[in-house]
Amino acid sequence: MDDAVAVRDLVVDRGRRRVLQGISCVVPRGAVTGLLGPSGSGKTTLMRAIVGVQTVSSGTVTVLGRPAGAAELRRRVGYLTQAPSVYADLTVRENARYFAALQRRDHAHADRTVADVGLADAATQLVGNLSGGQRSRASLACALVGDPELVILDEPTVGQDPVLRADLWARFHAMAAAGTSLLVSSHVMDEAARCDRLLLIRDGRLVADDTPDAVRAATGVDDLEEAFLRLIRASEQEESR
Amino acid sequence: MNPRILAATTGRILRQLRHDRRTVALLVVVPTVLLTLVYYMYVDQPAPPGRPGTFDRVALIMLGFFPFIIMFLVTSIAMLRERTTGTLERLLTTPLAKIDLLFGYGIAFGLAGVLQSTIASLVAYQVFGLDTAGSMWLVVMIAGVNAVLAVALGLFCSAFARTEFQAVQFMPVVVAPQLLLCGLFVPRDQMAGWLQGVSDVLPLTYAVEALQEVGAHAEPTGTMWRDLAIVAGAAVAALVLAAATLRRRSG
Repeated sequence: MDDAVAVRDLVVDRGRRRVLQGISCVVPRGAVTGLLGPSGSGKTTLMRAIVGVQTVSSGTVTVLGRPAGAAELRRRVGYLTQAPSVYADLTVRENARYFAALQRRDHAHADRTVADVGLADAATQLVGNLSGGQRSRASLACALVGDPELVILDEPTVGQDPVLRADLWARFHAMAAAGTSLLVSSHVMDEAARCDRLLLIRDGRLVADDTPDAVRAATGVDDLEEAFLRLIRASEQEESR
Repeated sequence: MNPRILAATTGRILRQLRHDRRTVALLVVVPTVLLTLVYYMYVDQPAPPGRPGTFDRVALIMLGFFPFIIMFLVTSIAMLRERTTGTLERLLTTPLAKIDLLFGYGIAFGLAGVLQSTIASLVAYQVFGLDTAGSMWLVVMIAGVNAVLAVALGLFCSAFARTEFQAVQFMPVVVAPQLLLCGLFVPRDQMAGWLQGVSDVLPLTYAVEALQEVGAHAEPTGTMWRDLAIVAGAAVAALVLAAATLRRRSG
């Protein structure tokens, strides 16, 4: 079976700055792929390119067998932006029901999705009155409400309490088990261990593309944070040579 | 265009408005307060022989301007928020077509404009005895088309503002010249030639002429319908321009 996403030699410039410097990678189907890297490394830009909202300089991005941004993908890809993009002057339920309507889903389906992200009790509250973590989950509900085949989540667990964070990860794995492909970004390395596969980027370059176990084996350390540090140092030494 | 998505979008915009009770209250109350002010300004002024009284002349045109000014501002800010909070980018990754969003705004705030002008007109006719030869409902209809034009211009102008401060500054830019040159302050045939030329290309000039036709004639006139068509055409042109400012891909 094809991969959910195939990125080939992707170069993106923003203004004069080269944000992605020729990245090639894949996101497999039916798995949770982690996109890790420090703030400013190009995670969001790569995700925007996959969703098809980023102007790219060169390279190709193939999503579910179609070029990224193709009209038919708008029903098949769900995107959670880093800043919660929901209407602050609507309730959680009204937001979810609106985005559900855009994806031809009914009210009951929208209400279930709100409950799934743990916001059943806050469903009738205005998003503007919610905490940051709740707001981000409201935004997540709107990204998942269309049951997309591919889900792109830009830092979905920032600001969530540990219990909720564990719940969300369990939910991501349940979705993957049901066949959904997920790409989840994070700058918190302890989340890397929760992923089936890892993409590590730094300064717009891919430093690692492997399973967590393979990364540990290749670097000879158990702690993924330490493993990434070694990978980054190794790639820097290669560059300076 | 998809009727279900358009209906959902229109409903969503109206729901946002409904949650903002203070804005709704201002939409309803402010025109009434200003009409009261104008009424008492002119109540003791004798009408020039053979011409409508000053209140009748000014209030009629105010009824057309309220929804234009207010809906322009409301739309500019609402659309700017869509652009800055990321909801626009998100919407453009969904099956929503640009035209669904633009028409959604046109219908939602057009309806709000009709509601506003209906209330303002009822007050003007029933409380202050506004006297026009034609029907009040023609006035409401013209005001409604004005509101749609304002929404279209607001959608377009929001593309050129990065902040809400900038967005509100477009209001005088768009509204003031049209108000000054529409024929309310100086009759158009008494203006310098070049001013008349500018006035000829401003859509509100035609809205005002249509309103004056209602003021002077019991039945809708051909001129009124032609003017209304021009205003509607300008609204469509502004919507097309607004569509061109919505990009699915950006840098």
